[in-house]
Amino acid sequence: MFEEFKNLWRRFYNWTVGNGPRPENEVIPPEPPPDLPFTRRLELKRSRFQERPLASRYNEWLERKSLHVFSMLYLGMSILTCLLFMALLLSTVAELPSFGDANNPVNNEVIKRYIERGGQETGAQNIVAGMILDYRAFDTFGESAVLFTAAISVLMLLGAVRRADTEEISIDLNNASDGILRRGPPSLNLKITTGFTPRIHMFRKNDAILRGVAVLSIPAIILLGLTVIINGHLSPGGGFSGGAILSVALMLCANAYGFEQVHAFFDEHVFIRFSSLALMIYAVLKGWSFFSGANHIESGIPTGTIGEILSGGLILPLNICVGLIVAGTLYGFYALFSEGEI
Amino acid sequence: MPNAFAFNIPFVSIFLAMLTAIITPLIPVKAGIKNINKATLPERVTCCVIALIGVLSALLLFALNADEPISFRFMMGHFPAPWGNELRAGPLEAFLALAFSISMLLSLTGNFDATAYDISERRRPAFCVLVNLLMASLLALLYTNDLFTAYVFIEINTIASCAIVAVKEGGKAVRAALRYLVLSMAGSGLILISICILYDITGHLLMEPMHNAIINIINTGNYINPLTVALYLMTVGLAVKSALYPFASWLHDAHGSATNASSSILSGLVLKGHIFLIIKIFCRIFGIDIIHLLRMDTQLLIFGLLGMIMGSVHAIGQSEAKEMVAWSSVAQVGYIFLGIGLNSNAGIAAACLHVTIHAMIKPMLFTAVGGLSAAAGHKKGLHELMGTFYANRWAGIGFMAGACSMMGIPTFAGFASKLSLTMAAFESRAIIWALAALAASSVLNA
Repeated sequence: MFEEFKNLWRRFYNWTVGNGPRPENEVIPPEPPPDLPFTRRLELKRSRFQERPLASRYNEWLERKSLHVFSMLYLGMSILTCLLFMALLLSTVAELPSFGDANNPVNNEVIKRYIERGGQETGAQNIVAGMILDYRAFDTFGESAVLFTAAISVLMLLGAVRRADTEEISIDLNNASDGILRRGPPSLNLKITTGFTPRIHMFRKNDAILRGVAVLSIPAIILLGLTVIINGHLSPGGGFSGGAILSVALMLCANAYGFEQVHAFFDEHVFIRFSSLALMIYAVLKGWSFFSGANHIESGIPTGTIGEILSGGLILPLNICVGLIVAGTLYGFYALFSEGEI
Repeated sequence: MPNAFAFNIPFVSIFLAMLTAIITPLIPVKAGIKNINKATLPERVTCCVIALIGVLSALLLFALNADEPISFRFMMGHFPAPWGNELRAGPLEAFLALAFSISMLLSLTGNFDATAYDISERRRPAFCVLVNLLMASLLALLYTNDLFTAYVFIEINTIASCAIVAVKEGGKAVRAALRYLVLSMAGSGLILISICILYDITGHLLMEPMHNAIINIINTGNYINPLTVALYLMTVGLAVKSALYPFASWLHDAHGSATNASSSILSGLVLKGHIFLIIKIFCRIFGIDIIHLLRMDTQLLIFGLLGMIMGSVHAIGQSEAKEMVAWSSVAQVGYIFLGIGLNSNAGIAAACLHVTIHAMIKPMLFTAVGGLSAAAGHKKGLHELMGTFYANRWAGIGFMAGACSMMGIPTFAGFASKLSLTMAAFESRAIIWALAALAASSVLNA
């Protein structure tokens, strides 16, 4: 029963991964273990009933079962810890102020000013954009830097292997370390592949349906992403969500036409340069804003009239920068994890 | 209020480190050059910027000592504090920034050979980026006056510190980095939950209004349980990141298998950034009376004592030099938490002193061990280092000095902080336990 279930599961798994049934994946029923010779069995049987000191019994038990016991104990303890933690958090949440109550501590002068004067002070119709990109812009700068850090780290860890794909190792047999001269070819060149071998694509190349859909939808997705980014200070959205939409267009393009096509305009160097430049523009613009604000200098950044596309001070350029970083980083992660390179 | 130049220093030093991190990938590395033992352009720029930050912090410290109102606030943007972000700088922050930049600079330059040996040429610019980001996040953790800003920079710190463990190729370092990442992310999650609860019951993220709201909560008696839970989650989250004993299982792996510069930076500075944040939260958000009321201080005291003893016991059992130094970090973090757990002005001052001294000595120990093991042909075991003193005398002398200081032998720096910890313990009620553990741990360290 269990074996059948396992078999079924494996076939289902292969089907979801897209491998399909292959002859080498078909489960061959395992051969029953060969019977122990009679004498050995007798020996085992005898040793089980022999009188032995407790210590040796304990050692034997430990040898056979300790890993199993430890893993079960570990599992049990972790489940217990999770349950305790859940109970703690749930009981805490039950005591927190109820959601949406007007007398909550959260509804204080901070929120009041954001809602009542946010529009005039930041020039942004979308109060959330005004909060994250003007009132608390330093936090958002930190958030974009988190993305940048993650992108650099992943690129460093996964992207580094590609360069050393094949290295040539030549062994000079005549000059071997033991000093004995040998006959035969004087030297031997070996090409040794290290690191990743290029992954076999799971998807089918030249998939007509995928390409047809991609042709239709990629322009629409790009337009939607750009709208969400550029209207970030007018309507819900902004750099983070718009950038995620743009990255979807890139991923679809890569899946329909192959990663090589995306390489034509977007590779590792472009990625690093784009995200560094975008973050640098962000840092310089916002740095000037912070500096002038703290020293009470007139910053010269107009807020414009609320509701127009050119309003909201720095929010529009900052949204564009954040959008570029997010789009590049998300696509970069996708490409790195599925392909091993951008 | 200091003069206009000193007033801008906290902001300038954070942004300088951040901008360097951002620009570093754009700096061309002359790829054709074969002498990998020379510093590349990004590395030089990084070292220069860190030195510049050190000089600026020294100037700030000098300016702050001269003026009367000791600390000041820096408004980040055009909106005052509860609406916008804010930095706050005082002499302690300036002093720690100075100590951190000196320590960072020395651990980068002192370990240069080991870095060139361990890290492949292609990863070295990225390593510079990560070091700069770490510097920026540490400075932001020191200067921030806003809890959520602190969380954002904790995130940067976590990712960058895991990456500089994994920058060394090889299975052990990657495995250690993975372990570090998982535990550190759990810590971040606890901190985030705690910040959410605190914001929900106080309505603020800035430290002074939060403090007032918490006093109000204690007086009225509403929401005391969520407050307690938030305090415990925050402390556990930060304790995981700063390797208080029962949560320190990642430390010896990560610090022991990383390259020397990473170990020095992680052990000397990254732990200290989180510890300083704990001190800040205890003193400026909760206040030491409320910490005592919620019984957090006793528990930190107990775990600190446990860490002091267990760290030393584990350190004795190690056979690799770097792992031994890493376990000794656990013991030293225990000392710092002992100081925090005493919950008096003297105790916290002693903890701050120990933070500074440990931030200097531990990088020195790691660098010295790196020098000795390089002299022994990049071997790690303790018995393989036998006789390397004659090959690399400076590293040997440095190791001796660092070890003496860790033991607290008079005339070495560690003696001063241990003495002040003892003096602080004399004033509190837990004196017997604290003294016994101090004595036991000192003996074990020796």
